[in-house]
Amino acid sequence: MSLAPHLPALQVVLPLLTAPAAVLLRSGGAAFLLVTAAAWGAFAISLGLWQQTAGGEVISYAIGNWPPPWGIELRVDRLSAFVLVLVAGMAAVVLPYCRQSIEREIPRDQHYLFYAMFALCLTGLLGITITGDAFNIFVFLEISSLATYVLIALGRDRRALVAAYQYLIVGTIGATFIVIGIGLLYLTTGTLNLADIGTRLPQVSGERPVLAALAFLTVGICLKLALFPLHQWLPNAYTFAPSAVTAFLAATATKVSVYVLLRFYFSVFGESLVFDRLPLPGIMLLLSLAAMFVASAVAAFQDDLKRLLAYSSVAQIGYITLGLSFDSQSGLTATIVHLFNHGLTKGALFMLAGCLVAVAGGSGLARLAGIGRAMPVTAFGIVLGGLSLIGVPGTVGFVSKWYLVLAALEKGQWWLVMAIVGSSLLAVVYVWRFVEIAWFREPPAGLPADRRLPLSLQAPAWLLVAATVYFGLDASFTVGSAAAAAEQLLGMTR
Amino acid sequence: MSAMVLLAGLGVPALGAAGIAAAHRTPNLREGVTLATAAALFACVLSLLPGVLAGERPRLTLFEVLPGLDLTLAVEPLGMLFALVASGLWIVNSLYSIGYMRGNGEAHQTRFYVCFALALFAAIGIAFAGNVFTLFVFYELLTLITYPLVVHHGDDKARKGGRVYLGVLIGTSVMFLLPALVFTWHLAGTTDFRAGGILPAGLSDATVVGLLALYMFGIGKAALMPFHRWLPAAMVAPTPVSALLHAVAVVKAGVFSVLKVAVFVFGPEMLAGQTAWLAGIAGFTIVAASVVALSADNLKRRLAYSTVSQLSYVILAVAVLAPLSLVGAALHVAAHALGKITLFFAAGAIYTAAHKTEISQLDGIGRRMPWTMGAFAVGTLSMIGLPPAAGFVSKWFMVSGAMAGEHWLALGVIAASTLLNAAYFLPIVWRAFFRPLSAEAAAHPHGEAPLPSVIALTLTAAGTIAFFLWPDVPLALARQMLGAA
Repeated sequence: MSLAPHLPALQVVLPLLTAPAAVLLRSGGAAFLLVTAAAWGAFAISLGLWQQTAGGEVISYAIGNWPPPWGIELRVDRLSAFVLVLVAGMAAVVLPYCRQSIEREIPRDQHYLFYAMFALCLTGLLGITITGDAFNIFVFLEISSLATYVLIALGRDRRALVAAYQYLIVGTIGATFIVIGIGLLYLTTGTLNLADIGTRLPQVSGERPVLAALAFLTVGICLKLALFPLHQWLPNAYTFAPSAVTAFLAATATKVSVYVLLRFYFSVFGESLVFDRLPLPGIMLLLSLAAMFVASAVAAFQDDLKRLLAYSSVAQIGYITLGLSFDSQSGLTATIVHLFNHGLTKGALFMLAGCLVAVAGGSGLARLAGIGRAMPVTAFGIVLGGLSLIGVPGTVGFVSKWYLVLAALEKGQWWLVMAIVGSSLLAVVYVWRFVEIAWFREPPAGLPADRRLPLSLQAPAWLLVAATVYFGLDASFTVGSAAAAAEQLLGMTR
Repeated sequence: MSAMVLLAGLGVPALGAAGIAAAHRTPNLREGVTLATAAALFACVLSLLPGVLAGERPRLTLFEVLPGLDLTLAVEPLGMLFALVASGLWIVNSLYSIGYMRGNGEAHQTRFYVCFALALFAAIGIAFAGNVFTLFVFYELLTLITYPLVVHHGDDKARKGGRVYLGVLIGTSVMFLLPALVFTWHLAGTTDFRAGGILPAGLSDATVVGLLALYMFGIGKAALMPFHRWLPAAMVAPTPVSALLHAVAVVKAGVFSVLKVAVFVFGPEMLAGQTAWLAGIAGFTIVAASVVALSADNLKRRLAYSTVSQLSYVILAVAVLAPLSLVGAALHVAAHALGKITLFFAAGAIYTAAHKTEISQLDGIGRRMPWTMGAFAVGTLSMIGLPPAAGFVSKWFMVSGAMAGEHWLALGVIAASTLLNAAYFLPIVWRAFFRPLSAEAAAHPHGEAPLPSVIALTLTAAGTIAFFLWPDVPLALARQMLGAA
């Protein structure tokens, strides 16, 4: 029996099974090995799926052989395969980093629980991405969210509990909106299979419930993806979560939410409904611009490195949704490629920030004064990541910006071009704030003399930094996949 | 074969930087590596020269970032000229740096030499850029890699200077140059430099002027007003940095890019009749910067504003568009480099030997530092555009071009600025040689600067005169650029 046809199921089942196994093992070390192996397995599977769908084929996998639309369908197309690669790949890179990182941040007797939660979180994110069933999306969303609340609460600062609680409230509201939206869709079409809803919606008489469903889903998902001004939960969650958790969440969680938004817009509701019947593009455009400018400006005033990076994430999510609001091939390519590119960049940045925290004992900028002289290599890595946030050529940030500017030019919107490049100047401001603090101030006396970092902290972080540069110089994989995925998405409704 | 040499042009300074970093424990070895790297780079560039003069155009695509957007190196006469100047002067500058950095007991010397090698890496990348995209990549790299050099002293003044430096250069390139690049790609489907330009015919005047404005202001390194403030701000750097980077590599990268874009992206034909506003702004920059220079007492500040003014000569020549002006513009890239690096070398030598930074302190210093001030006088002649110095040659062509094009504004500006140049440079020479030493200076005896520095500034002064006597190679390259266009 060949495994190849069952890859979609294995993609979710593999990490899922390791979660209870990690709890049963009751040993941090064993749980680490198991979950890491599962993550690498999931990464390999996602690459296999990416390869199978690269030609434009859509894989449909009926769970338990119940054919869709009656049973639950797993469905992989170019977009979902690309996001699967990002999520599984980030898990595979972050997990080796976790071991040394949580050693310093989480009590040892909780380690096996940490890995169990990590596995559940990964399962949830992969599940959301791969499923072809609306209610199933909600289920996996809850799995990943609940695991995320726990992971955030594990942070050593007591404020982590408040941050987790805040995220729990907001996340639950978001999930409720999503489930109401899905319920409305089920009421009007009588089915839960995404593709099936998509084919039945045009025949539905009475547009109102459909538009209501669209509105509920949009708000619910935008809460999860932290679109300005629904981002309030994000800065605290990112700041107080353990460093490894922040790196993984920043690189994947909001990106998967963007994926869900794209999936509902293009595969279920269809372009004409989303972009012509409601003023969504205008609203999206406005909120994206607000995110790009307000969040970047706020980032420049933070006094904590992780919080600064968190606000930068809100701003960068603005770029992602801005691409979507263009409703064009280039715009959508920008959205998809930036969700990957920004995932890489922020993953790298938060892991390097974690390295600094491991030595300096905290991420407050006052603690990090002079850190560029004390730990030049790690601080330099942060500058490289920062250059990608700015969009300097030779980094992935440039590739994203290229497509965004191109999309704006195609629409003849020069003021938007100026807004896009203007907001990158704000990124210069907050990145250089770190540079000046790290190099122009004297290191505090309290820094430990032994500042060597274990390889397992450095190697994964630098792997991602290298990826930020590599995919900035050779964007054939990222842009190729994103452009093809955008084409497939737009082709669904045209 | 020559494609491999092209790659070596980038590889040598990059490897050199690694070598310098590796040799950080033994300063003599480290400086040896710097000199060897500079010599090797110059040899590389020089070995390309005969082929280019014979009409060869080596080309090498490194990799493709996006379909149709590739990092490509290509050699053409203008880039050849810029690469020759930058790499040749790097040798002399390294010699000078040794004297300066040791004479002033500067800290972080390894970082200094490493960044210098990397800056040359970026400059060579700009010189050999085969398309606007490649140019943009190395242009941004040059900004970033020179930042640690500008803020070398690490104090508050350096931090502030660094902010202006980075703010203006990154700001203009991101706000204007990047949209210009994407727009060019959007219009032409390519960003390659090609003879006669790449933009499709039939663009509206507004589009051409708008895009040209984006390029001219986006290339902030050319210091067109009002985006010139970074250059005086960069003077907080140690003088060798001001000399090679802010008189040669960085600013010349700016005007070089302006020339490249005008000739190989737009093409003179498309620009005909569209550049009056550019001539106006460039003319204003020339005169206004000269006036500021006139009132500056700090020597490096005066030199910086003189550079701002001289850079706009090139832009003015581009705006005049006559073939002779373009030849003059290309020659000026080399001629101004030789003269200005000499002046900066002299300023640094004065600082090292006498710890003086203000012009008012220089009374009688020519008798104590005859070599330095002699070289300074030669540089002065070149700035004013008098024989027997390099500046005369380029000015000759620019004036002829303006006459041929009957461009009276340009002629007036050149005439006025020649007078202004004389007014702010000659008094320094006069002071140094003909005024008596002040009582304060008489109490602190000093001699010439360290020997390596004196050798370096004598060499560049000699080069300034040699350029006047034998301008054949630069002239041939400048003419070829035009022939290709």
